[in-house]
Amino acid sequence: MNDSHGSATQGSRLGLARRGFRGQITTIQPLADERALAAAEIERRLLELGFVEGAAVEILHEGPVGGDPIAVRLNETTIALRRREAMALFVIQLDAAS
Amino acid sequence: MSAAVETSIWQFALVGTPNSGKTALFNSLTGSRQKVANYPGVTVERKSGVIRTPAGHTVNLLDLPGTYSLRGRSPDEEITRDAVLGRLASETPPDLLLCVGDATNLRVALRLVIELKRVGRPILLVLNMIDIARRRGIDVDLGKLEAELGVPVVTSVAVKRGGTEELLRRMDELATRAGLSGGENTWAPPSNADLRTAQREADRILRAAVSEPKRPDTLTARVDGVLLHPVAGLLILLAMLFVMFQAVFAWAKPVMDLISASFDALGVLAHDALPEGLLQSFVQNGVISGVGSVIVFLPQILIVFLFILLLEDLGYMARAAFLMDRIMGGAGLHGRAFIPLLSSFACAIPGIMATRVIDSRRDRLTTILVAPLMTCSARIPVYTLIISAFIPDRQVFGFVGLQGLVMFGLYAAGILSALAVSFVANYFFWREGATPPFMLELPDYKTPRVRSVAIGLYTRAMMFLKRAGTTIFSMMVLIWFLASFPRPPEGVTAPAIDFSLAAIIGKWLEPLLAPVGFNWQINVALIPGMAAREVAVASLGTVYAIEGGKEAAAQIGQTLAGQWSLATALALLAWYVFAPQCASTLAVIKRETGSWRWMWITFAYMLALAYVAALITYQTAVALGAE
Repeated sequence: MNDSHGSATQGSRLGLARRGFRGQITTIQPLADERALAAAEIERRLLELGFVEGAAVEILHEGPVGGDPIAVRLNETTIALRRREAMALFVIQLDAAS
Repeated sequence: MSAAVETSIWQFALVGTPNSGKTALFNSLTGSRQKVANYPGVTVERKSGVIRTPAGHTVNLLDLPGTYSLRGRSPDEEITRDAVLGRLASETPPDLLLCVGDATNLRVALRLVIELKRVGRPILLVLNMIDIARRRGIDVDLGKLEAELGVPVVTSVAVKRGGTEELLRRMDELATRAGLSGGENTWAPPSNADLRTAQREADRILRAAVSEPKRPDTLTARVDGVLLHPVAGLLILLAMLFVMFQAVFAWAKPVMDLISASFDALGVLAHDALPEGLLQSFVQNGVISGVGSVIVFLPQILIVFLFILLLEDLGYMARAAFLMDRIMGGAGLHGRAFIPLLSSFACAIPGIMATRVIDSRRDRLTTILVAPLMTCSARIPVYTLIISAFIPDRQVFGFVGLQGLVMFGLYAAGILSALAVSFVANYFFWREGATPPFMLELPDYKTPRVRSVAIGLYTRAMMFLKRAGTTIFSMMVLIWFLASFPRPPEGVTAPAIDFSLAAIIGKWLEPLLAPVGFNWQINVALIPGMAAREVAVASLGTVYAIEGGKEAAAQIGQTLAGQWSLATALALLAWYVFAPQCASTLAVIKRETGSWRWMWITFAYMLALAYVAALITYQTAVALGAE
């Protein structure tokens, strides 16, 4: 189950994607940032909300200032999170949304 | 584990993830038979209620704070964890855990059930909102779900009459047939790997027992296309706020006037019925006006909470937080702080009470700290009095009224200082801590239910009356005491307050407040003004021996214009922007934070700001020749 924890990360960070992006989570690996919660804690909170490797995500909406935060569709839920936290989610693009 | 005996009262606990409809289910099961209190030693709300099952059993149902896991990240979640584990000294360990999940969105709920199973207590999974799931064409194979999960499953519709019949029947059946006995507790805080494993297992069960929706909810996404639009979304939010603001000011006003007038009339009645003397003054000015000054806030509180409950039940609150997060984040405030701060323009008391929607303690405390800086409606009488007496009524730049401009400036000063204080508080108090992340589910839109909103409104109103009432009332009595003792000597014509402790304190404060341009009469008025800011207007009337109190505001203005310099008037305005001139707010801060510490911090920093602001204003004005 922990195969996703290797140092090699696949894909790009969801925190950099624009509205309409559809992709699949490959790895969850938070930024090492002293002002942010400990990386393990960010990872845990993302897991608690249902973000796991293999889950499909889509950016539905962007916040009014600087496109931050973002609203991400994850299965049957929509989760709002800041781009800073979304940086922890590595994704590969599935297909471009119309 | 305690096995339920036929005659005993069962203890059930309601557990669930946020947005699972847990509160709606609790309201539906217990109705008005609810009790809201606090857990001992913490500010977490304890909600419990009594149910009678079809077979005639009595069940004590405890509604535990919503959580994604038993990890205990916040004080609320710690309560949930400890109650589920039976570790709370004040609670009987639950005989059965009712785990609530939204039938349209079971992923995280199933993971919670998997975690709960390790606790070893009997569990009943309640698939709530099954009607919406069916409408979307989601097929749930209950038998398969029960077999895969290893716990009994029942469906419910919390918001429909009869929607919980099946659930009640199952409670009886479970408790009588097998008895309520659990297994061994093997729960340990889940690691990240545990969470992953549990989520994969939940996803596997979900694929096996629950079909994908045939008709997914497209309404929410379409509505969000407008409500979360970067431009239209903000405009709609502003429009909504405008309506709310108007409602709080305009709709509450007649009721507040009525309450105020009724208590005044009651006071006069008591005055006439009682013999002249201390008892008369105590009943009229202490008890009746004290109680009145608490009740008078109730209409505004109810309107603020009506809006908040409606927006929360609709699912809009999370969207407002989404829209405002970045805008407020610059000052270190959480997106969710927006509505409480906005409510504080009416009155800081409902604003501070509304901070309960912020789950991070740190963000909540910052919001409580700055809420009293928002220009509340009680400041308006004071501002109006001074502005109309000292600021000339003329146009600047050809079209802007100078008086209105000053009023706007005072509002802006309040907002800017709130942002600045929050920024500074983040720097000083939470320096070592990390910024809490903003991660929030945006629930599907739902029509708010009248019954649920009514129950919510009722509990808030009772909470305010009971909690704030006791503290606010005792402060009022204290202030009455200061303004009434000692009694004036016989045959003196000067106002009685001149001889009181308040006057003694006012004169004693004179050297301290002289640098900001306050004379002892202002100092005296500041003391009863602690009860409520607008009382200062009437108090100024009293110390300057003007008959007629509040009604004679225009007359007071003329007198003040003759007695004070412009510098003093401006300094008093600056003082009122910041000063913690409201015992009720301080009492509510004490109640909501559960500590004297935060009350004193608020008091001290606001007093310091007020003094510095008044000092700078006075000295600058004097230097510019406004003496």
